[in-house]
Amino acid sequence: MPTLAHYLLVSGLLFSLGLAGVLLRRNILIIFMGLELMLNAANLSLVAFSRFNLLPNGLPNYNAQVLVFFIITVAAAEVAVGLAIIVALFRAKQTTHVEDLNTLKF
Amino acid sequence: MSTQIAPWIILFSPLVAAVLIFLIGRFSKTLSAGLAILSAATGCFLSWWLFRQTEVAPQLALEWLNFGPELTITIGITLDHLSKVMLLVVTTISTLVFIYSTGYMRDEEGYTRFFAGLSLFLFSMLGIVLADNFVMMFIFWELVGVSSYILIGHYYSKDSAADAGKQAFIVNRIGDFGFMLGILLLWSATGTVAFSGLLSAIPGFQGAPVYLTVACVLVFMGTVGKSAQMPLHVWLPNSMEGPTPVSSLLHAATMVAAGVYMLARIFPILEVVPDAREIIAWVGGITCFGAALMATQQNDIKRILAYSTISQLGYMVLGIGVAPTSSEAMFHLFTHACFKCLLFLAAGSVMIAMHHETDMWHMGGLRKKTPVTMICFIAGMLALSGCPFTSGYFSKDLIIEWAVVKTPFLGWLAAAAAGLTAFYIFREFFVVFFGKARSEHAEHAHEQPVSMLVPMLILAVPALFAGLPMIQEQFFTLSHPDANAVPHLLHPFLYAMFFGGAGLATLLYFKAEKDPVSIPLFANRLYIDDVYFWFVNKIQGGGSIALSWADRWVVDLVIVQVPSKLTWACGFALRFLQIGSIQAYAFFFGVGVVGLLYILLSK
Repeated sequence: MPTLAHYLLVSGLLFSLGLAGVLLRRNILIIFMGLELMLNAANLSLVAFSRFNLLPNGLPNYNAQVLVFFIITVAAAEVAVGLAIIVALFRAKQTTHVEDLNTLKF
Repeated sequence: MSTQIAPWIILFSPLVAAVLIFLIGRFSKTLSAGLAILSAATGCFLSWWLFRQTEVAPQLALEWLNFGPELTITIGITLDHLSKVMLLVVTTISTLVFIYSTGYMRDEEGYTRFFAGLSLFLFSMLGIVLADNFVMMFIFWELVGVSSYILIGHYYSKDSAADAGKQAFIVNRIGDFGFMLGILLLWSATGTVAFSGLLSAIPGFQGAPVYLTVACVLVFMGTVGKSAQMPLHVWLPNSMEGPTPVSSLLHAATMVAAGVYMLARIFPILEVVPDAREIIAWVGGITCFGAALMATQQNDIKRILAYSTISQLGYMVLGIGVAPTSSEAMFHLFTHACFKCLLFLAAGSVMIAMHHETDMWHMGGLRKKTPVTMICFIAGMLALSGCPFTSGYFSKDLIIEWAVVKTPFLGWLAAAAAGLTAFYIFREFFVVFFGKARSEHAEHAHEQPVSMLVPMLILAVPALFAGLPMIQEQFFTLSHPDANAVPHLLHPFLYAMFFGGAGLATLLYFKAEKDPVSIPLFANRLYIDDVYFWFVNKIQGGGSIALSWADRWVVDLVIVQVPSKLTWACGFALRFLQIGSIQAYAFFFGVGVVGLLYILLSK
């Protein structure tokens, strides 16, 4: 029987993977995927908290799950906008590598 | 037409004309001049009509500002004998000057602007004359200041004209500041600013008499500025930079007359504060003598007349100070308006003939070239110098008589100033019209068109005859001092002064090629202008330098530059974090979040 700790462990691993992807990968699409991974890590821990923090009447606390739906919705919108930006960026620069996108500096 | 409506039409027709000239005047010179003359003539006609009406309906007043029972300000009309006479003077003189201007300004730039300015000026002056309370009078008082600024600075591309306009405005501001304080003091004493309310409240005023004295002297400061009394007279001679019709209007019927009119308007208040009248009398007496001294050594044809105006205004103010009613001063204002306007118009005519040469030592021998102008000038000159049985003789001598009775020193001073008056005006006359032509222009001078000569000839009639007893009693109820109280020497002395002054001038200046007399003290206007110049230059200039230092080093450096440089330095330091790598930014962001969490959770 998995406990809350297991779920949080998985969530933490997913978050770390996402963060590592964002910080270390060079392809902007992969970085973007890392971001999504971090969002879903947060979703996972929220659902876990909901499942394991039962209310006095024995039902899970659905507030957390509602919040997850919000996050999924916002993430979907964000993906749409983000991908559009990446497409536009690619058209302008012919690259998706972040090393080549370094004009905005002192 | 009712006596309720007529004053409003008189008041607003010049304003309507001014607006119309601004809007449509540029299409036609004739149209703009016509509109201005029409509005002035309408006012003139209605003023004479009103003057003939013995029964006057109660005047309408518009409530403008209501601050509760403490202070209610109305825009209303006062129509009594005083304002009726003043209306006559203002509108009649203005109409004649407007007609004259069509001739004088015929070749000048800014023709329509000039007539719009004149109309606005007339509107402002009529507002002062008709105002029924101090606040309304003050508003129009300032409007006169603004419109005089516009007119004096008519040739604004000339530095001296622009400076003169500015000076007139600023010097008047000093007087007006006192005027405003005076109005506020009178208001706090009585709770009203309306003339009718003030006049009934003041005689019963229970507070300290010195309070009223201070209030009246402060109000008188307005007169000192506007009527160019010493020591605030310096703007008036410089206002000669404006076109001559402006000088004529400014010095005869409007602007400078406003100060005296205002004193006449509040005369019942002044009657209960003898100390204030004493001060007024001294200022007037000293001005009339001092300005006459300065006039004797000027060489500019218009400046002599300007100092003469200051001197004559001194007589009027002296009259307010010593005479038992305001009629005596108003009588002199009335006659002075006629002859001084005439003199200025004649001077303007000479100037046009001379192609705008104003130094009279470049003129000479104009009696044959401009005979009509000379005749008009003689009429004005005789009246100004107090030649027996001309208008100036009656009005000036009456004031001198009262002054001798009340304050002998001032009376004899004013009598001596009468001699100087005769001297300086005859000096100007001989230098301009007699002797040989002293320049190219003087040899080729020619007489002016009818539009300029007719107003002068019309004015010559009242200048000579307005003082005759049968005419003066149509307008004024004058009181003469008891014949026994007047020293028997006075009248012979005044005759001696006139003939002495005129004779001396004839002796010295008839056919004079250059000025045989040189008195630097008078030529330099008693150095009063230099004192002002020194004060503004050194004292005020020194203060400005100190303030400029404080502005540069305290405000600019400490308050503005230091924070600005500090912010810039922080920005410069932080700039090096902008390395252009998106992942570094993400890393900084992550570190920031972790740090923030640590701070929040470690508590």
